[in-house]
Amino acid sequence: MSTVERAAPARAAAHPATRRRLRDREWVWGYAMIAPLVLGLGVFYLWPVVQSVYYSFTEWTLFGDSSWVGLSNYEKLFTDAAYGKALRNTFLYGGLSLLGIPISIAVAALLNTKGLKLVSFYRTLYFLPVVTMPTAVAMIWTWLYNGDYGLINYALSLVGIEGTSWIANPSTALYALVLVGVWTQIGYNAVIFMAGLQSIPSHLYEAASIDGAGRVRQFFKVTLPLLSPSVFFVSVLSVINGLQMFDLVYLMFRKGNPAREDTQTVVSLFFSRAFEEGAKGYAAAMAVVLMLITLLLTVVQFRMQKRWVHYA
Amino acid sequence: MRSGRLWPVHLLLAVGAAAMVMPFFWQVLTSLKTFTEATRTPPVWIPSFEWSNFAKVLAEGPFLQQFGNTVVMTVGRTLAQLLFCSLAAYAFARLRFPGRNVIFIALLSVLMVPGQLFLIPQYQIVQGLGWLNTLPGLIAPGMFSAFGTFMMRQFFMTLPAEVEEAARLDGANPLRIFWSVMLPLARPGLLALGVLTVLWSWNDLMWPLIVNTDPEQMPLSAGLSALQGEHMTEYPVLMAGSLMASAPIIVVFIVMQKQLIQGIAFTGSK
Repeated sequence: MSTVERAAPARAAAHPATRRRLRDREWVWGYAMIAPLVLGLGVFYLWPVVQSVYYSFTEWTLFGDSSWVGLSNYEKLFTDAAYGKALRNTFLYGGLSLLGIPISIAVAALLNTKGLKLVSFYRTLYFLPVVTMPTAVAMIWTWLYNGDYGLINYALSLVGIEGTSWIANPSTALYALVLVGVWTQIGYNAVIFMAGLQSIPSHLYEAASIDGAGRVRQFFKVTLPLLSPSVFFVSVLSVINGLQMFDLVYLMFRKGNPAREDTQTVVSLFFSRAFEEGAKGYAAAMAVVLMLITLLLTVVQFRMQKRWVHYA
Repeated sequence: MRSGRLWPVHLLLAVGAAAMVMPFFWQVLTSLKTFTEATRTPPVWIPSFEWSNFAKVLAEGPFLQQFGNTVVMTVGRTLAQLLFCSLAAYAFARLRFPGRNVIFIALLSVLMVPGQLFLIPQYQIVQGLGWLNTLPGLIAPGMFSAFGTFMMRQFFMTLPAEVEEAARLDGANPLRIFWSVMLPLARPGLLALGVLTVLWSWNDLMWPLIVNTDPEQMPLSAGLSALQGEHMTEYPVLMAGSLMASAPIIVVFIVMQKQLIQGIAFTGSK
């Protein structure tokens, strides 16, 4: 502000009253400019959270009436076998999706090699699964995993392994899902890791190499510790996204799939309870518990970061 | 390191890239096969270019209608988010008014809450407005974003205050300064938010499944899922449909790659 004011003292002096009036009414403009967003977020997001918490203590009839039932929806969660299974699958999925992180770091580190050409070409290819519609992703992989004509089983048959119907077999379906999930995330995570790698000052590598550290040692002693804030961010995000798993589960394990019962996640179960069976109160309780679980895991991750995340 | 010694890096990256691209290659190949070719073992590597698979997708279901719905939903949500988020973000970044920080933090709290907590009441609102199975119902909740507001606010805060001061001294009001001075400067931020929103909207599945159960009113994400239900085993037709539905967004990505990467790097830096 100062330079401009010095440059145009005459103008400022000419309209002191105008300036003061505008300053005085600044709050009116402020409220007016945030009003549409506050209204939209309030109506569609903030108030719904309050309503959902309230709904979790109610039960709904088919006609849309609801009555207060206290904690009974929450009690039901403890005895609902389908929910127990969904919770287990969700944790398993959230945990296993962390397996993509080392792969993403490797990809980012390779792409970050000094003097490498074709970087943006590679990045585009690794990123394709990130931008592809999940519905299309699910269709492609359903076809690849097909027990009779799938490309994966054909490839396995060449090395003498007999495949199965990967996503219809309850003992393989969840792992098949994890593989697709990791495949769609590698490009995204690699982009975040590349940004992290580029922020590491090059003099640290020079210092390490003067000290006689080889490339592998440099990676573990310099790169990895300095990349740890990115690793932390991606882990938190992966767990949160893992707990939210819905699209691929809904699309790959359809009604009639023998593995369907064994592969539901909390969110897919929420979807069927709330919008296919009309048990909105019970579904709301599931959502509230999922929020608490997410918060708890995030807090735990933030607590644990002191042990392994180095902020420069 | 001399570039001649980079071949192991290229080799590793190429193997990885092949694994990323192979499913798409198989999708395109299958979409050009006849059903008999698609189900043959060993696989047929040179298809008979059965373009009728694509014609079948276009002719049988409301594919074009759903394509239009997807475009309207994506454009509607994106324009609304760009407008509402940047408008509010500017006020949060630059104007002084009572309760500014409290309101901002309250809005950001939305980011901590899993989506399922919004869905039931959102559905009831849309139902109450009589918007089930309509385009406004499809668009409405996605018009507002806490993330977008946060992103744009951070962007506005990086712009120097001097540029506004000149306009302010000329007596321009905050809305005018926002519209004619700040918004043009915020172009990179708007593009990054825009491309992220386009991507998210085009691919969004759960909300359309909830509110628009009529195939004529569905976007492609949900419509394609219905197509899969009907043509369970006609893989060439399904691959043709999935290819046509995801191709536009892949083109957008290739054209706007820089902005998208910037937007994602932004989410990583916070």
